Amino acid sequence: MAPTSTTQPEAPEAGAAPAAGPAISLAGVVKSFRAGSETVRAVDGVDLEIERGEFFSLLGPSGCGKTTTMRVIAGFEDPTEGVVRLDGRDVTGVAANHRDVNMVFQSYALFPHMSVADNVAFGLRRKRVPKAEVTRRVGRILDLVELGHRARHRPSQLSGGQQQRVALARALVNEPSALLLDEPLGALDLKLRQSMQVELKRIQREVGITFVYVTHDQGEALTMSDRIAVMNNGVVEQLGVPAEIYERPATRFVADFIGTSNLVRGVVRAATGDLWKVEVADGATALAAELPGTVTTGSHIHLTVRPEKVRIGTDQPEGEVSRVPGTVAETVYMGAATHYQVDIGGGEEITVYQQNASGSTLVAARGERVWLSWRPEHSYALPS
Amino acid sequence: MSIDVHSQGATGSGTGGGTAPAAVRGRARRRIDWGRYHTWAVLAWLFAPIVFMIVFSFNDPAGRHNITWQGFTLRWYQNAFAHTELNEAMLNSVSIALLSMVIAGGLGTLLGLALGRFDFRGKQLTNLVMFAAISAPEVVLGAALLSTFLMMNVTTGYWTTVIAHVMFCVSFVAITVRARVITLDPRLEEAARDLGAGPWDTFRLVTLPMLFPAIMAGGLLAFALSIDDYIITSFVSGDVTTFPLWIWGATRVGIPPQVNVMGTLLFAVGLLLAVVNIAMARRRATAKD
Repeated sequence: MAPTSTTQPEAPEAGAAPAAGPAISLAGVVKSFRAGSETVRAVDGVDLEIERGEFFSLLGPSGCGKTTTMRVIAGFEDPTEGVVRLDGRDVTGVAANHRDVNMVFQSYALFPHMSVADNVAFGLRRKRVPKAEVTRRVGRILDLVELGHRARHRPSQLSGGQQQRVALARALVNEPSALLLDEPLGALDLKLRQSMQVELKRIQREVGITFVYVTHDQGEALTMSDRIAVMNNGVVEQLGVPAEIYERPATRFVADFIGTSNLVRGVVRAATGDLWKVEVADGATALAAELPGTVTTGSHIHLTVRPEKVRIGTDQPEGEVSRVPGTVAETVYMGAATHYQVDIGGGEEITVYQQNASGSTLVAARGERVWLSWRPEHSYALPS
Repeated sequence: MSIDVHSQGATGSGTGGGTAPAAVRGRARRRIDWGRYHTWAVLAWLFAPIVFMIVFSFNDPAGRHNITWQGFTLRWYQNAFAHTELNEAMLNSVSIALLSMVIAGGLGTLLGLALGRFDFRGKQLTNLVMFAAISAPEVVLGAALLSTFLMMNVTTGYWTTVIAHVMFCVSFVAITVRARVITLDPRLEEAARDLGAGPWDTFRLVTLPMLFPAIMAGGLLAFALSIDDYIITSFVSGDVTTFPLWIWGATRVGIPPQVNVMGTLLFAVGLLLAVVNIAMARRRATAKD
């Protein structure tokens, strides 16, 4: 994209916008707020590099600093410490109206006194784009979000989903170097949210603009993103592609926050070949393929394993797998799957999702003894 | 509510019949009557003087006093502007009211914005002064203004009247605008900034249009307060006569029916504005093109 601002003093290292390098980069960004007498660090040292054309999600519970991070990128908040770069240009301290990024607000923030077309044309008119071109681009973008027939309406005459698409069009029409979306689907109902997820992904592919997506919905983040940064307490806990985040959570927080995860306490006993033996519950043996660097024999750790990765059966399993006996504490029939809560002793429970692929056959009823097993590569050790 | 009471009474007399105490039924009936008629009673009470004014603008009085109905005439409408002094007073009132509306509207908008949006030293004091200006007795304000003007050696007249009117109108505008500012979604202004609008463009294109209904309401209030103010005006107007002052002066010698005509015309203009406003609001709400 062409640089839009010439009024800002150039940062020392910023030359002409380089073609390579990340679209957005944050280095050591800290944002603290004064709340009464104490200072709250909403963002506590975040380093991020968001690539060009990427669908990047900031995922975390409310209050984790994800929205503040986005507002720092947009220019609504000045970072207390650290540097923000857009296309390699240092924009720390540059006002929002001089940054080549646009935002889609959770509440849409459409101008209620303007028509849909005027809302969408707002950004182009500020840039003094010729009238004919404004009309052409507004028409094209409204067609892209399938709202061409609603151009003359007021935002209040549209449904929530339509307003959402207007907000998207209003930002996209400016062809920003990055689009910032703050929980844009939060106000929609489930069905609409799901179809908008697909829609957003399609639009992002078509326009090829970098999307930074803030959400607390892990399902949304997993299905849409190229990469995800999971945030908690103002820091990035893990950064990676969705499969990595889901399959190999780096911290207990991530394991807990993304999907359902079993966390089992254990003690590292010995290595056999490439595999580590971990004693869990009342002396059962689980196997782990990798251990964190600091962990040695005798260390206390947490093993994680996803419920759908655990097999449940009445016979003792064979082969190089984790083998844990237990008693079925609860069974829940869910239609496509059956969920089992299995008491493995030592006050620990493991949840198992069993697909009902061949009829809804119950493997074991409540109170029955069962064997749980999973492959070593499906469980990861996290430091206690 | 009245329906509930009514049905209760009906079932009471239907099932219980003779055992229902007459006193209870009597009370219920009286409450029904109130529920049905008190709205109309209040409306009649409110509008009786206006109806009286309009009716007597068509009266053909025998003497100087336009207080008993003599017969219908359109004479006063045909020469509504026959009294030069009355015309002058009316013109003064309208121009002072317009000036008050514009000046108090502008100042009050800025004041309301500041009070609604920012924290600054003296904010509470400003609030206090504003409420004092609204709640202080007009006689006190008028006397105080007059002594201030005299102390400062300012000759009272047209402009001192304008200053006085702006003074007591500005608080009303500020309070109306402040209420709107507080409920304004700050994200709207952020969205404008995000889309490349500088502070002035954001104010001009987003904030101001959003505040406009409140500014309009405050301005019209200022106009209405100014045009019929008697007490303060009587202290600070000097040689200048306004519509209310002229009427007050005329009561001793008999009020000409033209006063009723002008009053009726003023009322009609106000009514027209209100109707247009409602119609526009309704069209905005339901427009689908």
